[in-house]
Amino acid sequence: MFARILGFAAVAACLATPVSAAVALGDAAGSYSISPANSSIHFSIGKVGGGGLNGTFARFKGSIRIDNSDVGRSQVNFTIFPESVGTGQGRIDAFLRSDAVFDAANSPEIQFRSTGVTRTSDTTALVTGRLTARGKTFPEKFTAELGGLKAGTIKFHVTGKVLRSRYGMDVGTPIYSNVVDFDMMLTGKRG
Amino acid sequence: MQTSITNSTTRYGWGTIILHWLIALIFIGQFALGFVMVRLTSQRTAFELIQLHKSFGFLLLGLIILRIAWRLGNAAPALPRSVGILERRAAPLAHFALYAFQLALPLSGWALVSVSMLEIPSLPFNLFIMPNLPLAESDGAESFWAAAHWYLAYAGMALVAVHVAAALRHHFQLRDGVLTRMITPLSGDSAE
Repeated sequence: MFARILGFAAVAACLATPVSAAVALGDAAGSYSISPANSSIHFSIGKVGGGGLNGTFARFKGSIRIDNSDVGRSQVNFTIFPESVGTGQGRIDAFLRSDAVFDAANSPEIQFRSTGVTRTSDTTALVTGRLTARGKTFPEKFTAELGGLKAGTIKFHVTGKVLRSRYGMDVGTPIYSNVVDFDMMLTGKRG
Repeated sequence: MQTSITNSTTRYGWGTIILHWLIALIFIGQFALGFVMVRLTSQRTAFELIQLHKSFGFLLLGLIILRIAWRLGNAAPALPRSVGILERRAAPLAHFALYAFQLALPLSGWALVSVSMLEIPSLPFNLFIMPNLPLAESDGAESFWAAAHWYLAYAGMALVAVHVAAALRHHFQLRDGVLTRMITPLSGDSAE
């Protein structure tokens, strides 16, 4: 997610025409905080025979700092509160919150801290970083696509795949895929 | 001695004997597994044991269908002459009921899995996808089949207890060959 945000910022900066690049970069540069009310984090885990388990996280927070001289030095920090997981099925939510998966009581936060942002096209960027869940940290990467930048608000569409087995959440494999597909719409507000 | 895979009128063959004990082991093991898996505090272990219970349930369903087909295609050895008229009439009914429970239990479990809103696929022993029965999903249907599975399990185990008690009575009190003929075909002649 952070990566996506950074990527968006980078993209926004790069979108500007060469003559106005400095101005555009200056426009995007700055610190943003994620607005949960205007953002969503959706995840999906495929299962054998088709279909999958879909859910969202209702509570999360994050910040984006876009460096005005070097987009690659931009920073994204993101925290998800797994207690807020929702799948539309209470028993599955309870299972996900339990020590079978998130162990939300003992590991109340899932954190992402970006380590780098690389522009991949006019509107996309690859955000690499370190994801920490249940006390385990691994490098992960997310693709960020700039969705808009205006009046101090920046929007990113962030996608990425995470292997849940790395974080001690491999329960249910191989019935349920080890791959968790994230799809996030993040809105950052300057300030 | 002739091949002893199939039954004769005086003894059970290895086909019946192996199916009987294999099914007995799985049937009782499934009850124990089912009893434990719904009482665990670890949801992870519970999930894994429930999947194992489903795997053995489908195996049991296959074995019991084979068993019934084998029974229909084979002679059944006669009861010893010493067996009284009451037991002579009750035993086939009890055995029919045992077959019925062995069929109903995995089928009701399959129905329970099929109607559950949790929509957890069945992947017996992680080998293949077992499709759901064509039943509508709902919390109400899940409660119904969960209750049915539970009552069938306890009633089935009660019937197994009666079956075991009868077998032990034949062996230790009546001292006939009713139990031993289900252990080896070689004891068949002594059943008379």
